[in-house]
Amino acid sequence: MAQVTLNRLTKHFDDTPVVKGISLTVADGEFFSLLGPSGCGKTTILRMIAGFIFPTAGTVHFNDQDVTHVPANRRNTGMVFQNYALFPHMTVFENVAFGLRTRKVAAAETSDRVARALDLVGLAGLEQRPVPQLSGGQQQRVALARAVVIEPDLLLLDEPLSNLDAKLREETRDQIRELQTKLGITAIYVTHDQEEALAVSDRIAVMEEGECRQLDRPDAIYRRPANRFVAAFMGNMNLWQGVLTTDGGRTVFRHGSGMAVVLLPSASSPAPADTVKADDAAPVNRAATTDSAQADTAALADPATADSTAPADDAQAAGPAGLIYLALHPQAAKLTNEDTEGTVGGVVTTRRFKGATVEFTVDAGGVSIQVVENAEGPMAARQPGDAVRVRIPGDQAIILRD
Amino acid sequence: MNLYAFLRQPRALVFIPLGFILLGYIVYPAALVLWESLFRDGQFGFGNYGEFFDPDSPSYMEGLFNSVMVSVGSVLLSALIGVPLALIFTHYEFPGRSVFSALAILPIVLPPLVGVLAFLFLYSESGMIPRLIQAALGLERPPFSLNGVWAVLLVHGYTMYVFFYLFTSAALRGMDPAVMEAARNLGASSWFSFRNVTLPLLTPAMVGATLLVFMTSMNSFSAPFIFAGGFRFLSLNIYTSKLNGDMAMAVTQTVVLSAFSIAFLFWMRRYEGRRQYAMSTKGTANVRREIRGRWARLLAGAAGIVMVVVLLLPHLTILLLSFVQDGTWTHQILPQVYTSDNYGRLFQDPTFWEPIRNSLNMAVVSTAADVAIGVTAAYLVVKGTFRGRKLLDALVMVPWALPGTVVAINLIVAFSQGTPFSFGQVLVGSFWLLPIAYFVRHLPIVFRASSAAFRQLDDSLEEAARNLGAGWFYAFRRVTLPLIGPGVLAGTLLAFVTALGEFVASILLYVYDNRPIAMEILSHLRQFNIGSAAAYAVLLLLLVSVVLLGSNYFSRGTAQRSLS
Repeated sequence: MAQVTLNRLTKHFDDTPVVKGISLTVADGEFFSLLGPSGCGKTTILRMIAGFIFPTAGTVHFNDQDVTHVPANRRNTGMVFQNYALFPHMTVFENVAFGLRTRKVAAAETSDRVARALDLVGLAGLEQRPVPQLSGGQQQRVALARAVVIEPDLLLLDEPLSNLDAKLREETRDQIRELQTKLGITAIYVTHDQEEALAVSDRIAVMEEGECRQLDRPDAIYRRPANRFVAAFMGNMNLWQGVLTTDGGRTVFRHGSGMAVVLLPSASSPAPADTVKADDAAPVNRAATTDSAQADTAALADPATADSTAPADDAQAAGPAGLIYLALHPQAAKLTNEDTEGTVGGVVTTRRFKGATVEFTVDAGGVSIQVVENAEGPMAARQPGDAVRVRIPGDQAIILRD
Repeated sequence: MNLYAFLRQPRALVFIPLGFILLGYIVYPAALVLWESLFRDGQFGFGNYGEFFDPDSPSYMEGLFNSVMVSVGSVLLSALIGVPLALIFTHYEFPGRSVFSALAILPIVLPPLVGVLAFLFLYSESGMIPRLIQAALGLERPPFSLNGVWAVLLVHGYTMYVFFYLFTSAALRGMDPAVMEAARNLGASSWFSFRNVTLPLLTPAMVGATLLVFMTSMNSFSAPFIFAGGFRFLSLNIYTSKLNGDMAMAVTQTVVLSAFSIAFLFWMRRYEGRRQYAMSTKGTANVRREIRGRWARLLAGAAGIVMVVVLLLPHLTILLLSFVQDGTWTHQILPQVYTSDNYGRLFQDPTFWEPIRNSLNMAVVSTAADVAIGVTAAYLVVKGTFRGRKLLDALVMVPWALPGTVVAINLIVAFSQGTPFSFGQVLVGSFWLLPIAYFVRHLPIVFRASSAAFRQLDDSLEEAARNLGAGWFYAFRRVTLPLIGPGVLAGTLLAFVTALGEFVASILLYVYDNRPIAMEILSHLRQFNIGSAAAYAVLLLLLVSVVLLGSNYFSRGTAQRSLS
């Protein structure tokens, strides 16, 4: 078992930096995910840990041992490849036994361990099957068995589920986590699927362009993304650009369109009614409280242009630093019929039925708001074209300066 | 379906001419040869075979034995050169790698006779290299000289390692590097991983190359023809028997040679089929390991330069000799008198052009026929759904298993009298028999290239085009043709250049009116007009190189694939 430490790990390909000085520690027995879009350097990091490529600078330690330049075949890691990389000319047994053969394990023990590993992944009895005859899911599990049968210090998983269909993906995902917990192996998991990473990981490093943008536990990353990139990557979060102003001791987020959100520290008592400033502020907000949606949009449109220039100019005057982003989970926003404080008016533009939930996009005078409603809820039946109001809880919005 | 109904179908328009040609020029001649081999002095029976396998006069058996042994040797030698080269060029990066790896296929532009001549002038007893070494070291006799079996083997190794090189390179490129990484990850050393993973995965490529080298070697005529001396080779024996007017033994040996070739083909094919692995997806990109370290790089560079020199020497020799004045190079180590007259005659002597024109004419005619028949057959075999596709496939591929000598003898036997297939004409002694031989010999090249192209063509592409409103012809012109075009073109050009330099069938079938370049080279050689012979060889080389370069430009690499 091993703790893995990366110290200012850097990799250039032909002078193009792909990994830019990553330092992090994966604890013994931890399930650690490297999450990011393609080209963010996550696979490169994994391959440096496996020893297929060597860093341009920085080190890789397993426990206290510097393995930066140790050849791949002396690292005792077990890797599951994206395309499984099974040896096509061998049977299931021969594939799983390969790592034991290189370790010169006796024949009897080999067959014993192979049988146990195959049993562990639910493939007992398929030993003599030629690999090309297996289904994708079975091949995936052979790859997993082959990686764990050698009792590696470290399990490396390079997008192991990306070639499976949706149902199998979830099943296998949980199976991998279960196996890792049972064996207590440290695991490093590379994926571009945030749901996958959130579901299995102890901790996640979100990567962008060779840099780590946030490293934290899944719930923390989901609830409190550290920056715009992470927020956008974590699903279809609402993300609005605007400025922060102070108004009567309260911090108010103002969008270019005129939408304003009164922000409350999330620690304070939940008072959603107070969150959207209504009457006492800009004409926008007054307009936002008018009745019909038609009037809403019309009223919003006019002052919006009038009003939006002002704060934007302010922001310009204050320098780019004045511009910030407000992020809000679509689950936090709620459709409502009540024209109360803390709501904005708009028109449903799209409706996507997802089974347990319904996703709405609402156009509120030029601001696009994503809302997720419970499918059983009273508002779930709203259709595109319907005028609605959206409640925006100011205590659940997140200010992002980056 | 009765015959009448079949004939009324539109597809009869395709099947009838196709069947007529395949039957007339491939099946009928071969069957007739088999039939004639069963007659000895008008007596039906196995007398000819009795003589062939007679233990008391082993000369025929000896020819067979030598042919097989030399072929096995050629396979081993070619593999020994080609496979390591492919591994080095695929796995390592060093200065000049891309140049060296491109030059490694140089021997393929040497037409058979030209390559053999270059070796003769370079390495034989009176060759330049042994005598240069002799002079340099002050030896009494040349330190070595090339002749007999060893010479044939060396020529084969030089010209045929390219097959192993190309096949292995292609297989290595197609291999998923993630599989090798998986082996490393599981603790395999480089050697363990090479032996247990890389090598088994290379098997299909090796089998393909082995097959090609073995057949080419069994079929080889020019190397034994020039170098064999007292040794007997089956292909050469056939030629001699025919020359001596012993047609009975010529056809009998033809049957034996065909039987051996076809048997070997089927044996290897079965083995190949069992070991084919589709590796569709690639886990990671190929990465060449850079050779670092001053000495290693220097060594790699030096080895590369030596390789280039050895590879280029035959080409350079031919070029040098083309400037030698005829009749001036006798006992000197290097030719003494140089002139550009050999080329000057290009512009002065109208008869100088005749062989070149003949070769071009015959290559154009035979290749055009190859395209018409080969592409049609490929389309029917790959995309058709009728019964008998396998038979069609086999029929078109039969000439591939038949040595050039065999094709020639088959045609001589079949068309020494009028047949329905020649519309009652006697073709022996006419202009047409040689182009027909070229057509038959090179049909498999076009067929294979085209079927590979058709096989890669996804049916849904044409359907997509039709779905988007394209008519049949528009879809063919804008979608199908651009996709199969490069493959078909590569096969066509390969067939064309092979026809240009053809020697084996030519020597048995040519008449004065259609004497091709290779025969002109040979006749100049027999008169010791070394300069003129070499000038023709250079022109042939130029033609071949230009066409192959063009082919490579139009379709990167498909020419190589069409060989397999």
